Amino acid sequence: MTAPELVDTRTPDAKRFIAGATGDWEIIIGLEVHAQVTSEAKLFSGASTEFGRAQNDNVSLVDAAMPGMLPVINEECVRQAVRTGLGLKAKINNRSIFDRKNYFYPDLPQGYQISQFKDPIVGEGTIIISVGPDKQGQFEDTEIGIERLHLEQDAGKSIHDQHPTLSYVDLNRSGVALMEIVSKPDMRSADEAKAYLTKLRTILRYLGTCDGNMDEGSMRADVNVSVRKPGGEFGTRCEIKNVNSIRFVGQAIEYEARRQIAIIEDGGVIDQETRLFDPNKGETRSMRSKEDAHDYRYFPDPDLLPLEFSQEYVDDLAKDLPELPDEKKDRLVNDLGLSVYDASILVTEQTIANFFEKVAEGRDGKLAANWIINDLLGALNKAGKEIEESPVSPEQLGAIISMIQDETISGKIAKELFEIVFNEGGDPAKIVEERGMKQVTDTGAIEAAVDEIIANNPEQVEKAKAKPQLAGWFVGQVMKATGGKANPQAVQKLVRAKLGVE
Amino acid sequence: MTELTQLTIAEARQKLQSKEITSVELTDAYLSAIDSANEQLNAYVKVTHDKAREMAAASDAKLAKGEGGNLEGIPLGIKDLFATEGVHTQACSHILDKFEPKYESTVTKNLWDDGAVMLGKLNMDEFAMGSSNETSHYGAVTNPWRAKNSNESLVPGGSSGGSASAVSAHLCAGATATDTGGSIRQPAAFTGTVGIKPTYGRCSRWGTVAFASSLDQAGPIARDVRDAAIMLRSMASTDAKDTTCVDMPVPDYEAALGGSVKGMKIGIPKEYRMDGMPDDIEKLWQQGIAWLKDAGAEIVDISLPHTKYALPAYYIVAPAEASSNLARYDGVRYGLRVEGKNIEDMYEQTRAEGFGPEVRRRIMIGTYVLSAGYYDAYYIKAQKVRTLIKRDFENAFAQGIDTILTPATPSSAFAIGDKEMASDPVKMYLNDIFTVTVNMAGLPGIAVPAGLDEKGLPLGLQLIGKPFDEEGLFKTAHVIEQAAGRFTPDKWW
Repeated sequence: MTAPELVDTRTPDAKRFIAGATGDWEIIIGLEVHAQVTSEAKLFSGASTEFGRAQNDNVSLVDAAMPGMLPVINEECVRQAVRTGLGLKAKINNRSIFDRKNYFYPDLPQGYQISQFKDPIVGEGTIIISVGPDKQGQFEDTEIGIERLHLEQDAGKSIHDQHPTLSYVDLNRSGVALMEIVSKPDMRSADEAKAYLTKLRTILRYLGTCDGNMDEGSMRADVNVSVRKPGGEFGTRCEIKNVNSIRFVGQAIEYEARRQIAIIEDGGVIDQETRLFDPNKGETRSMRSKEDAHDYRYFPDPDLLPLEFSQEYVDDLAKDLPELPDEKKDRLVNDLGLSVYDASILVTEQTIANFFEKVAEGRDGKLAANWIINDLLGALNKAGKEIEESPVSPEQLGAIISMIQDETISGKIAKELFEIVFNEGGDPAKIVEERGMKQVTDTGAIEAAVDEIIANNPEQVEKAKAKPQLAGWFVGQVMKATGGKANPQAVQKLVRAKLGVE
Repeated sequence: MTELTQLTIAEARQKLQSKEITSVELTDAYLSAIDSANEQLNAYVKVTHDKAREMAAASDAKLAKGEGGNLEGIPLGIKDLFATEGVHTQACSHILDKFEPKYESTVTKNLWDDGAVMLGKLNMDEFAMGSSNETSHYGAVTNPWRAKNSNESLVPGGSSGGSASAVSAHLCAGATATDTGGSIRQPAAFTGTVGIKPTYGRCSRWGTVAFASSLDQAGPIARDVRDAAIMLRSMASTDAKDTTCVDMPVPDYEAALGGSVKGMKIGIPKEYRMDGMPDDIEKLWQQGIAWLKDAGAEIVDISLPHTKYALPAYYIVAPAEASSNLARYDGVRYGLRVEGKNIEDMYEQTRAEGFGPEVRRRIMIGTYVLSAGYYDAYYIKAQKVRTLIKRDFENAFAQGIDTILTPATPSSAFAIGDKEMASDPVKMYLNDIFTVTVNMAGLPGIAVPAGLDEKGLPLGLQLIGKPFDEEGLFKTAHVIEQAAGRFTPDKWW
C-alpha cells in the first residue's frame, strides 16, 4: 500500500517528551487494531464463530479452501462495519472492494486473505481520547484521527507444541470477520495509545460490534512507533505486531521508543522492520526486515462483486445507533449536573453507565454517581467482581439512596446498610425496618441527649461559646450517644440553639 | 448397441419416454463404447460404471412411473473440473492426486436433479490451461477425426478436449465443459461438435475448480444445436453460493430453435480477418455469411477496434487470477504432498512436482504481473483493455447488431506433439485468438460445425451474442446447422 501522506496534527508538548542523552525526543504512534466482528457466522462462509469449540469444529468447505469453493459475503458483518464506522464519526463508503492479499502459510488455506486494500468500507473518522486524571483530577481530551476501517478475514492458528517435528493447524478462526481500524499517527505517548485503545474498545462495546476481549484474541493491536526531535521530521517506524493487551501496548511503546532513541543517539539508523513484543522480558525483537517483507500481490477478488449499499441503508443504521460514551458523558454533565470526572468514570463501561442510569432514575444523580464510584465500584474491586456480577442490584442501591434522600436513614447508616446488602443481600427497606436502623428524627429524644451532654460538660460549653466551631464536638457526642441514628442536621440545629451560637 | 449411441439427446429422450428403450440399455451401450475406445482416445480419466448403472436404473424407475426430469436417463460425461461427490475430481492435475470431494458442483447437481446419468470424468488440460489437451497429467486426448489418408493422431483442442472427443466419438450423449478463453468452442470446432459458452454468470461456478474466476464459465458440448440447448437449460441456474451468478430465470432454449433469422442484423468484424489466415477459414466464413443472408438476415460490416489487444490482455488477466486461485494447492490439506525439510521446502517440492510445465508457466506469469512495480503496467493496463473490448461489443450492439459471426478457430485440428506449438507457447495461445474476446467481454458465444477443410477436418463458425441472448445464438446456430449439415468422424478406433 502506498502509505497515506503523514500529516502532523499535534503541537509538540514538553510534558510528553522523553529525555535522551542528546536532548528531548518525541514519540510518534499509530495503531492498527484488529477487532473481531460480533457475528454468528464468518465473513464469507456460514461456519460458526463460537469461541472455545473443539479444534477444526467451525470449519466449512470454504474455510478449508476446498477446490471450487466461493466466498459469499455475510451481510451482518457489513452492517456491523458500517455501524462501527458511524460510531467513529467516519465517512461510510457506499461502494467498496474486496481484494486478495496473497501469501503462503499453513493457517491460510486459500493462499490469500480476502481483505480491502484500495477501497475500504469506511474512510476517515475520529476518536476523542481522555488521558488522566492528573493530580488535580483533570482529564486531557485529544482528538485522534482514524485513517480507515476495512473488513478482512482472520487466519487460522498454527500449533507447534503438540508434536516433536510436525505442526498442526486449527482453522476455527480461519475466515472469521475482522475490522482493521487504522489510526493516523496522531499519538505522542504510551498513555495516549493506551487511552486510544481503551476508548476504541469502549465504543465497540457500546455498539456491540466487537466484544473487545483481548484475552480471547477478539482485539489485537499492531503498534507503529517512531521517534523524532520535537516537531522535527517523522522518523523511520517499526511495527510491533499483534500485541494482545492494553498494558503490553504501553510497555512495548516505552521499550521501543527508548531502543530507537539509543540507536539514533549512538549514530545509528532505524531499520524499517516488523517486531514482536515479548511480555515476559518486556522487550521487542526483530521479526523481519523490510527486505524480507512480503509482496502481497493485492488485486480485486474476482469471486466477489464490489460491495454496494444505498445511503438509505446507512441512514437507517445511523438512526438505531445507541448513545455513545462521549454523548452520554455530555448528557450526564449537562443534564444531571455530574462532574466531568464522575461522568468520565461512569461511561467507560456501558454496563456501569447502564447501572448508573437505573439507579439515578428519579433520584439525585450526583448522589447516585458518588455511591457507584466510591462504594459500589470500590467494593466490587475488592471482591474481584465485575459490575455484571454485582451482588447489589441497581434496584437495591436505588432503594438505599432513596432512603437517604427522604432522611429515613443517615449517610453513615447507609454505608452499613450497603455493606449488609452487598454481603447478605435482601430488601434494604426491610433490613432498615427489622434492624432498627431508622434515623431518629424525634426532636424530643435528640433534645434529651443534647441536654444531657451539655449538662455533663460545662468546660466544653464555655469553650464552644467562645469558639463556635467547637460546637461540632457536641454534635459528635450526641451522634455517638444515639448510635448514629440521630439526624445530624437536627442535632446540629439543636446544639447550636442550646449553646446559643450561630 | 451402436445404434443406441447414435441417438441424439433429443431422440434418446423421446425413446426413453415412450419406453422404447431403457436408460440401463442406453447407459450400457455407452459404457461398452467407452471400454472399447478409451484406450485409443483417452477421453475419460475415470469411468464410473457402477454409479452409471445405478443412476440409470433409478431413472428407469422414474420413467416407468411416467416421471422424470428434462434429462431423465441421459448418459453424460463430466469434465474433470467439476466436483462430483465421492468421484475423482482432479482437474487432471497430479497435485490433486486421489482427491474425491464431499460435495457436488452446482452444475452437475442440476444435471442429476434433471435425471442425467454420469458415465465418468473426462480428460482435460491440467487446470483447463491449454488448447490441445496435451497438458493433462493423464496424457493427451486423441481427436476421433483424422485427416484424409492419414493415420496421424490429432489433438481434439482444449482445454475441454476429453469432452469434445467423447461427444464426437459417441462415448457419451453430451458432455459438460468449461470455457475461460475458448476451451469449449475451440475443441467443439476441432471435433465437429457444438459448444456454447454462455454469458458470464449464467452457470454457477460453485464446485467447479477455478482457473480464472472472472472468465470461467461452464457450458455443454453436444452433437447438435438442439442437444446443446437441452443441456444448457439444465446446467444453468441461479445460485446463492456464487455471487457472480445472475438471479434470472432460465429460458427454454430449445424453444428458440426453428425461429427465423429474417431481418436479424449479423455483424462481420473486419478485425477478425487475420494476416495469414488459411483460405479454408476465409471460405468457411463467407459460406456462413451466405447461409445467413439466404435465410433473410442482414449482413453488416462492423469494427471491433481493440480486438488485437485481447489475446495479450487475456494472457495477463487469466494467469494473474490463476496464480492466486492455485495457491490453495499447497500440500497441506488434500492432494499431493511431497515432504520437505521445512514448510517452505514442502511447498516448493509439492508444487514443483504437482503442477505440469504449462501450469507452472502461467503461475509464474501471473505472479509476475501482480508483483509490486509491475501491477500497474500489466494488470491494470490489461483491465483497461478489457473494458475497451467490452465497449467495442457494446457499441456494435448499440448500432443494432443482433449477433456477430466469426470463424471459431484460425485452423483445423493439428497433430499431437506439433513441434511448432511445442516450441513456442505463444503459437499455442493463438488458437484462442477468435474466442478470448468473448470471455473478456463476458458475452455468450457458440461454436457450430460448418464444413470440412481440404484435409477433411471439421471447421466451426462462432456466433457471439448480446448478454444473456443465448436464445438468439441457438436460433442462428440452428440455421447454420440446417444449411451445413452434421459432421461425424469415420470410426477407426
